[in-house]
Amino acid sequence: MPKLKDVFIQGYGAYIPSLRIKASEIGRVWGVGDSELPVKEKAVNNYDEDTATMAVESAKYALARAGIDRGRIGAVYVGSESHPYAVKPTGTIVAEALGVSNMTLAADLEFACKAGTEAIQIVSGLVSSGMIELGLAIGSDTAQGRPRDALEYTAAAGAAAFVIGGKRNDPVAEIEASRSYVSDTPDFWRRSYERYPVHGHRFTAAPAYFHHITSSVKTILGEGYSLSDFTYVVFHQPNTKFPFAAAKMLGIPPEKVEPGVVCHVVGNTYAGSALLGLCKVLDRAKPQDKILVASYGSGAGSDALVINVLEGIEGKRGLAPTVEDLVGRRRYIDYALYLRARNKIRLQ
Amino acid sequence: MRRVYAVGASMIRIDEYWGESLDSLASQLVDGLFSLAPPKIDAVFVANAFGEVLQSQSNLGAIIAEDLGLAGVAAYRVEAGEASGAAALHAAYQSIGAGLADTVLVVGVEKLSDASPEEATAALSLSERYDYVGYQGIPQQAIASMMYAQYLRRYEVPQEMVAQIPVLMHEHAANSPHAQYRFKISLESVLSSPPVAEPLRRLECAGLGDGAAALLLCSSDALSSIRHDEVAELAGMACSTDVVTPFDREDPLRLGAASRAFEEALARAGTDRKELKVLEIHDSYSIIGCLILESIGLSEPGKSGLDVKRGKYGLGGELALNTFGGLKARGHPCGATGVYQAAELFLQLTGRAGNCQVDDARVGAMINLAGLASCGFAAVMKVRGV
Repeated sequence: MPKLKDVFIQGYGAYIPSLRIKASEIGRVWGVGDSELPVKEKAVNNYDEDTATMAVESAKYALARAGIDRGRIGAVYVGSESHPYAVKPTGTIVAEALGVSNMTLAADLEFACKAGTEAIQIVSGLVSSGMIELGLAIGSDTAQGRPRDALEYTAAAGAAAFVIGGKRNDPVAEIEASRSYVSDTPDFWRRSYERYPVHGHRFTAAPAYFHHITSSVKTILGEGYSLSDFTYVVFHQPNTKFPFAAAKMLGIPPEKVEPGVVCHVVGNTYAGSALLGLCKVLDRAKPQDKILVASYGSGAGSDALVINVLEGIEGKRGLAPTVEDLVGRRRYIDYALYLRARNKIRLQ
Repeated sequence: MRRVYAVGASMIRIDEYWGESLDSLASQLVDGLFSLAPPKIDAVFVANAFGEVLQSQSNLGAIIAEDLGLAGVAAYRVEAGEASGAAALHAAYQSIGAGLADTVLVVGVEKLSDASPEEATAALSLSERYDYVGYQGIPQQAIASMMYAQYLRRYEVPQEMVAQIPVLMHEHAANSPHAQYRFKISLESVLSSPPVAEPLRRLECAGLGDGAAALLLCSSDALSSIRHDEVAELAGMACSTDVVTPFDREDPLRLGAASRAFEEALARAGTDRKELKVLEIHDSYSIIGCLILESIGLSEPGKSGLDVKRGKYGLGGELALNTFGGLKARGHPCGATGVYQAAELFLQLTGRAGNCQVDDARVGAMINLAGLASCGFAAVMKVRGV
């Protein structure tokens, strides 16, 4: 696959809802000790927030950084595993709310936790081919975790959006290459009409997350890259351990991974997870830095992206809140309020 | 009764084989077994505990025989819970001893990674009385933890003593090529691991994995026709059962099935426990390891942990225990575990145990249990001619 030509990130934006629940509070309810908790705390969407509203919030920040006329947006792709409707697109809600032209491409994507990087790949292809001038790629999720399940500690809410276009308007970064690795691996799924997903416990590790991430990374390295080329490496973050374990397998020093880790204080934001990590790295990166991103989606697949940071980052970074700002804007709730926020209390 | 000899063994590393099936695991044994001229096999005994429950597969005698290229042979599937492996070995031993077969292949195969942790726990608990405990949702670990608590109270032993067992198992597994967990662990890590059922900790429970192992047995008549480099004699084997639920027994801390089987196996082999240099026991939980050592008279009641700490059961100790890591660290592919134990004894007695080799290993024994010692098998193996 040839490298991408003239595909640039014009603006990026993150969104993290303000509610937080500590993993220890969930552990308190179920009798699980602190030593077993996979994250410190996670972000929780309130009852008036969903994948569409969070996608809009993150896209507003991305557009603020891009500084472009919204009428020129030619595509809105929203990746999520928690689209509010089973049938009715999130993309149109987001496009309309943002005031994007009605003459736009709009579609929803689903690939568990990697639907966000998929949106980036599709919009990159459309830009690269000249079909559109500018497009929005968004990963947004209000992930579900069954009460008492291991996922309840991490399944979180968050979103990230990227305005992608040709090289105009002082872009913040260039998307230089992208490769994917997929296989039919049933590690995690949610069937129609089911409220919560199920997962294959340890099967979600070696043959799923680690196999696919290491495979996509090795595939993209085959395009002529070396691990030493990258200043930062961002992986999908289902918990705090996994991204560092993947880095160790690949021989990547933890210092390159740590700056992009957000899950310890935000949780696993599924389609937003690797993208929030990318936003966090862009918040601190310098021009000429090279970033390797590898998402992971159950079912299963991993998208690897090579991103070069450009001069535009310096002027645009301050035009919207950073991930750090959003992490700091928080209000803790207890398990009872968590149940209310996530609509888990049966009223009848 | 005719003499019975072990003439070949084959094992795969115990692991989580997500992409394999029961039969593909068993098929991997062929190279290790028949690298020399394939002998004429009279019967195959297949040990497996959970095929119906986890793989929806019964009739494993015929199925595994075909997978090994032996279609046409007499084949049986043997099930005795976690002691299925030793039960199959016992059946083969009796078959050759009685003169009904000359060459018998014992295969153990189990695949636990097809189960979720909850399903695996439920499967393990199948060895206990379902209408007594299973129906109530009481898993095997919970009963083991009650035995553990009683042990600590009765003998006024600190948990640090019982927890010596998993530490020793990992020490031995570190050099074991077919062990699931080939690394050492500290006593502190055992004691600080999450509780499974107080006082039992996670690192005091055997690792559950997928495995396949085989042992080729033959009569003295067949010995001359089999091309073999090394031979060990399966000199004695016995089985005993007990009241199934430990707390219905006269003393829940005395594993009568283990001690009776062990005594009888020693007697059949015409040997004494003092002759043993290698012992493979069923350390499904740390406490069960201690109770076996004490029930068969190798350690004083309440003192087995101390004996472990003092080095009695190390590779260079008085009696080397679970030389490849035991159930805790070599791994516990339930129905196949007994066959692993027998294959490991065979390697020790034929001087092919590599870095786990015990010097001057001429007599060894194994104890394989079902459930919490409701059924016990013991075998004694000797260097030929001892």
